[in-house]
Amino acid sequence: MQFAVLQFPASNCDQDCVYAAQVLGHSARLLWHKSSSLAGADAVIVPGGFSYGDYLRCGAIARFSPIMQAVAEFAAQGGLVLGICNGFQILCEAGLLPGALIRNRSLQFRCEMVHLKTLRHDTRFTSQIPANQPLRLPIAHGEGCYYASPEELALLRTRGQILWQYCDANGQTSDESNPNGSVESIAGVINEAGNVAGLMPHPDRAVEPLLGSSDGRWVLESLVHSVQRN
Amino acid sequence: MSEPAITPELVARHNLTPDEYERVLQILGRTPTYTELGIFSVMWSEHCSYKNTRPLLKTLPTKGTGILVGAGEENAGIIDIGDGLAVAFKIESHNHPSAVEPFQGAATGVGGILRDIFTMGARPIAAMNSLRFGELTQPSVRRLFSGVVSGIAHYGNCFGLPTVGGEVYFDRSYEGNPLVNAFCLGVLRHGQIARGKATGVGNPVFYVGPATGRDGLAGAAFASQDLTEESAEHQRGSVQVGDPFMEKLVCEACLELLTTGAVAGIQDMGAAGLTCSTCETAARAGTGIEIELDRVPQRSPRMSSYEIMLSESQERMLIIVHRGREAEVQRIFDKWDLPWAEIGTVTDTGRMVVRHGGRVVVDVPAAKLADEAPVYQRESKEPGYLTQVRAFRFDGVPDTTQPLNVLKQLLAWPTIASKNWVYRQYDHMVRNGTVVSPGSDAAIIRIKADSLPPVAEGTPLKPVPEKLLAMTVDCNGVYVYLDPYEGGKAAVMEAARNLACSGATALGVTDNLNFANPHNPELFFQLKESLRGIGDACRALGVPITGGNCSLYNQSPAGPIDPTPTIAMVGLIDRRELITTQSFKNEGDAILLVGHLVHPSDPLQGLGGSAYLQLIHGLKTGTPPTCDLEGGVQLVEVLRALIHGGSIKSAHDCSEGGLAVAIAEACFQAPAALATPQLMGATIDLSTVTGLRTDALLFGESQHRVVVTTSAIEAGKVIAQAKALGLTAQRLGTVGGSDLVIRLSTGEFSVPVAELHDGWWNAIARLMA
Repeated sequence: MQFAVLQFPASNCDQDCVYAAQVLGHSARLLWHKSSSLAGADAVIVPGGFSYGDYLRCGAIARFSPIMQAVAEFAAQGGLVLGICNGFQILCEAGLLPGALIRNRSLQFRCEMVHLKTLRHDTRFTSQIPANQPLRLPIAHGEGCYYASPEELALLRTRGQILWQYCDANGQTSDESNPNGSVESIAGVINEAGNVAGLMPHPDRAVEPLLGSSDGRWVLESLVHSVQRN
Repeated sequence: MSEPAITPELVARHNLTPDEYERVLQILGRTPTYTELGIFSVMWSEHCSYKNTRPLLKTLPTKGTGILVGAGEENAGIIDIGDGLAVAFKIESHNHPSAVEPFQGAATGVGGILRDIFTMGARPIAAMNSLRFGELTQPSVRRLFSGVVSGIAHYGNCFGLPTVGGEVYFDRSYEGNPLVNAFCLGVLRHGQIARGKATGVGNPVFYVGPATGRDGLAGAAFASQDLTEESAEHQRGSVQVGDPFMEKLVCEACLELLTTGAVAGIQDMGAAGLTCSTCETAARAGTGIEIELDRVPQRSPRMSSYEIMLSESQERMLIIVHRGREAEVQRIFDKWDLPWAEIGTVTDTGRMVVRHGGRVVVDVPAAKLADEAPVYQRESKEPGYLTQVRAFRFDGVPDTTQPLNVLKQLLAWPTIASKNWVYRQYDHMVRNGTVVSPGSDAAIIRIKADSLPPVAEGTPLKPVPEKLLAMTVDCNGVYVYLDPYEGGKAAVMEAARNLACSGATALGVTDNLNFANPHNPELFFQLKESLRGIGDACRALGVPITGGNCSLYNQSPAGPIDPTPTIAMVGLIDRRELITTQSFKNEGDAILLVGHLVHPSDPLQGLGGSAYLQLIHGLKTGTPPTCDLEGGVQLVEVLRALIHGGSIKSAHDCSEGGLAVAIAEACFQAPAALATPQLMGATIDLSTVTGLRTDALLFGESQHRVVVTTSAIEAGKVIAQAKALGLTAQRLGTVGGSDLVIRLSTGEFSVPVAELHDGWWNAIARLMA
């Protein structure tokens, strides 16, 4: 299994994604933003960070980079693409995922562990996540407040595109367990075709008990499972 | 453009004394140009020259077996951590810029210390900070606090540097003059150490990074003056504007360039910008340097040579390249879309020569400028207030009858309360290395292969063994104010205890000496005596100082700050099993105190200078607890032996707020997740203790005490071991339940831990709401 991890100027979780793939026993290659080929990767991770300094808007400049054209083509052909944190923002800006990520309601950057409820277990990003058990993953973002219009939200719900919601230890959503004011506590979504997903929390930072949680493995292993089954 | 004539007024405006100016005339043998005057002014400021502190700094212990780059040699010290790996670390202040413009002041403080680390060839992998503010009840203080924290967050988060620890104190003495000390640590292989030396006559000198603007003009000189009422208005132009995005690119590009072997020398343009980097690199190499200002990338039109030389525009580096290998610089900086320019050459003249518009605007001997700043032996006189401090006794200070109430108040006191409002704004997990997050006695990070700087393509890579580093930053400024010598020792010893509690062995110290105006003999006394304390404590521990920073003139119209020599200490943990944190682990575990309940010969029973006296009685006085070095070293060694013996489940240093606060804090584990606290109760039995004041027993701050837990079965063994090693130890109680119960000879109290936790965890957020 070969992951491609994109590298924009000031991506800063690129190495963490490569490391996480390696901990799971897979290989991962960094792909420079000026490159226009995915070099035969089985799945693409758009990592966290502050691509292009997050100037203009988070992810707004990255979407125009040569590598993102390659990612759009890869996605159009059914290739698996996961966006984490800034990567999620980039995928939304690129129109590969619905909705937008705006400034946290607190107006502050937040870095802490959160609980996540997985709404579907039948997708290529969630199949290996145990049912009825919230994930514990870290967040680290200033602009992770998910927004979609009421009409879009209704569509997301009917199409089952909401994959993850912030919740408490018992799996209940609440204002208290929503770290950024996301509408309906949405932490991650999937595209209609089911091959592109994004989330604000970091599965890449949760693959070893030494660092406090290894729940991120379930997410990455879902991708692996999907690729290996095909 | 016509330059101002050099008049005595102009010289005075540059903060050069008549004697200092006389020395400039002697060195040059003529009147300086306007640009040269500016250059001498910044290079001979305290910030760059240490002219008031150098004689004292020489007394500090800086030698040690593992030191690869020592104090004062380069931009940061470097220590061996075994297996061919090393750490570079340093702390630096950005106090005055933060007072004037808190967000950018703090942000560029982080940027500056980051560059000091990657200039050495190391990859920056962890940051900490030490902050001081006035009291949060003041709206102006809340503005500064909030601005500083978001500035640090902005820079570190964007760069991808985890901010893993730190400390924040709130005291009225810092009201007009906050302290912002930023620490950074990087790792590298021994062979990757880069030097800030302009070696190789004829080698080209490159400027890389963004263009030079008029921002931050003469910031180093500004940092070396008292803050005045007018500072905010007049000095805002001295504060630089940071761009962490640019810094990340410059760092990656420099580390990549260093793999090529094309670099002869490298130095960041920090304080005093182009001036400092050119004259220091030449002085270190014993060479000269010539640069052409017309080639320096400039952001504004018609900048004068004075402005270009003194600008402190951020994220710029000076790189001396081996002749013939210029194309490699070009290739790598183009890849990262970074500006670069070849601006000069290394010469053998020993002089720093600057040309602009076809004219020589600077021609000075580099070494004399960089290394021969005037040095002053300042006058020192014991401050008058110390007589009263020493005379303080408890007459009229009643013992507490409401210990639970006091405990709740102390836990919610911003200096003691949880700092989660601060550190949740810092990305403390990026780089997949943070093993112990902010909130414990020391932060712990794990080093792995991708923590290291890159190597040249095709180089065979040796596997990188896992390394665990612990780090802490500490200083109780009130102790230093009340007894500079004991307070200096106490700062070092607290850092050592925090590392010991985490299972680490100390490697080295970097210090940030924040003091007021050195021309005042009473204030200079504080500096001199606390440095003596720091030196003695480091010698007793056998831990060298690898460098640091002096920040003097920290005073506002309201008065001087409490003297605050911040100590950042870094240690190594031998293996994962030794990692120890402060929180209680299992129901039924025995809670022990290693060390005395109260120091036996202290007439104030540990309450002098305590948080308790300050908060409950409004008294900032009394001789602080004595810090006997022998006892302190012994405690560190015993703790290390006990942790290595495998019996210790948790260890927490007693500091501000004393025993009761330490025990309460140990009841609070790091939360499992947002809004999911993890708490554990405890029952403490002190009912047989008599002859002590209740406030002293619970809230006294006697030094060298650690609360540890072990399984109940091993408690006796651990107490016996501690005693065999020469320390006092006793059982205090047992972990369990959901309440904290404390039994005293005068009665008992009990409180749900959840209630204590809420007051402690949310105190700062409530004040900031």
